[in-house]
Amino acid sequence: MSEAAREQILAAIRAALGTTRISQDDTALDLAPSDLPTGVPELVELFCERVGDYQATVSRAEVEEVAGAVAGIAARHQARRLVVPAGLPAGWRPAALELVEDHDELAARELERFDGALTGAGLAIAETGTIVLDGGPDQGRRWLTLLPDLHICIVQATRVVADVPDAIEILGELVRSQRRAVTFVSGPSATADIELRRVHGVHGPRRLEVVVVTGGN
Amino acid sequence: MSEQPFPVAAAKALRDTQLRHNLGEATRTIRARRAELVAERSDWEALREAGRRIRDEALGRLDVHLEALERSVTNAAGVVHWARDGEEANRIIAGVLHQHGATEVIKVKSITTDEIALNAYLEREGIRAWETDLAEMVLQLAGERSSHFLVPAIHLNRAEIRDVFARAFDLPDLSDDPEELTAAARRVLRERFLTVPFAISGANFAVAETGTVAVLESEGNGRMCTTLSRVLITVMGIEKVLPRFSDLGVMLQLLPRSSTGERQNPYTSLWTGTAAPDGPNEFHLVLLDAGRTAVLADRIGRQALRCIRCSACLNVCPVYERTGGHAYQSVYPGPIGAILTPQLARLEAGRSLPWASTLCGACYEVCPVKIDIPSVLVHMRGRVVREAGVARSERWAMSALARVFSSRRRYEAAQRALRLGRAPLRVGGTASVLPGPLRAWTSARDLPEIPDQTFREWWRSR
Repeated sequence: MSEAAREQILAAIRAALGTTRISQDDTALDLAPSDLPTGVPELVELFCERVGDYQATVSRAEVEEVAGAVAGIAARHQARRLVVPAGLPAGWRPAALELVEDHDELAARELERFDGALTGAGLAIAETGTIVLDGGPDQGRRWLTLLPDLHICIVQATRVVADVPDAIEILGELVRSQRRAVTFVSGPSATADIELRRVHGVHGPRRLEVVVVTGGN
Repeated sequence: MSEQPFPVAAAKALRDTQLRHNLGEATRTIRARRAELVAERSDWEALREAGRRIRDEALGRLDVHLEALERSVTNAAGVVHWARDGEEANRIIAGVLHQHGATEVIKVKSITTDEIALNAYLEREGIRAWETDLAEMVLQLAGERSSHFLVPAIHLNRAEIRDVFARAFDLPDLSDDPEELTAAARRVLRERFLTVPFAISGANFAVAETGTVAVLESEGNGRMCTTLSRVLITVMGIEKVLPRFSDLGVMLQLLPRSSTGERQNPYTSLWTGTAAPDGPNEFHLVLLDAGRTAVLADRIGRQALRCIRCSACLNVCPVYERTGGHAYQSVYPGPIGAILTPQLARLEAGRSLPWASTLCGACYEVCPVKIDIPSVLVHMRGRVVREAGVARSERWAMSALARVFSSRRRYEAAQRALRLGRAPLRVGGTASVLPGPLRAWTSARDLPEIPDQTFREWWRSR
């Protein structure tokens, strides 16, 4: 049944294309050279500005200040219990908060009860103010950053790339070699479905807090 | 098919002042946002050209890319199905769900599943489909149809949506504040996300090279459905394939700017096959033809298959802005719908849609993959007349005209006859309505006044 459908569709495509079939894929896309900055400080500057446009809160910290910055953000949101991926660097974990490491058996319903999630980011895209989660050890499962209502995301300055094609190029390696699932996050969950009025926190986190870390790796 | 010609359906919409107000507001707002963000990119034209090339490459070797996609998804532990039409796709999807004994399924917004009327099919099979996109959920509960790709419930105002929710969720005290309405939807759907392990999604793109599927969204319902479910079924038209992973670098820039007028939409999910423990442990990809290979066979019309469903052409169209989406009587409204609907239906439906346009060209200007919609509209008008045999009176008129024009004697006699016959056509100084079957011509046009003397008469008397 399915085999017949497959053959019939492929035959219809071949007949439809006839002599107009392209024999070879073009590889070069000839994108115009980007006019974006290339230095890390300039990219971080642009990233922070663009994240801010999405009504996410962005702050900067030196590498030794991260835990303190996270504690301050948590306090502002009255968040005491945060879920974290197992690979989150020790230096990012504030001592004053209850941090629970995620594991495969932690059910969605339990994840939902946390005040927030604290993770790193695989990449960040300056031009669009996007955080890229690629399932790396400091980010963990995708549920983590979806179910709790607050997401605190630590972005290392060295992981900020200029634009979407730069990010896709790096992610392509991870997808080809490990089939990693990837999520782009650009601001908090939102809808404009009712009279185009923007409302935040439809299903994903209502609040997104980004901390950009300079210094270190 | 109980289809009305576009002018009849449009006339009803034009009398709805609330609808016209909502549409005007919505299209103006989104149009302005898009223009602002496109202007920010000095390389926009190069990006559009790259998008066009990628989509033409995808279509130009569609068979090869689909076979590659099938291999990649299979290697990533996914199952690929091929469906010749909507009925076959529906049967495949219901089959997978029955295998797991599913009675409920959560859905991410997908125009393709609207096209094949999946929800109604599943209902007959005893499976309740939950639309989880806010607007889609409103429409499902209200029993209404989408009127815009991006904001499907734009024809409803907050009071109407409030009434739908109050009834459906038994919340008599609900206010019409969008925040409160959204919160109500969040509560109801959160429970579904956590309890229903079966999900259906569409695909914005699928990458042949890696088997990666991309879903772009704003609310987070897409992330919920594609990560919390144990069994995920994705339905996509065969034209949605992209050759290479790197093509996403172009398409993920073109789509949000053209669609919502954002640099990026809040969430984009990319997954490759199954993803347990971080997502489904069973993944099905249904590849749907349903008329697409017929579109591909039309060398001019096939560019409609480049479409990435951004809806920019809807927002700039002077016809869409006034009539709204329902007048097109298709899940694909607006300028793109006017060329896609009749082609997908092999001219069995939507035959009047190629005329639902002023050919102003605004749709072509904004299209992120450079679909020359005006040219395809003109081409489709020709196809409808040649192949579907409509507009008989117009054809009769043209052949009569050919006879008249071919003889000087007949031509001059006709001019005199026209002058003598003009009196009954006159209403308030201008001839306004032609009689009989010719009335259609003047229903939307003014007839020029017939002069007292023809050019030839004036020339002779000079």
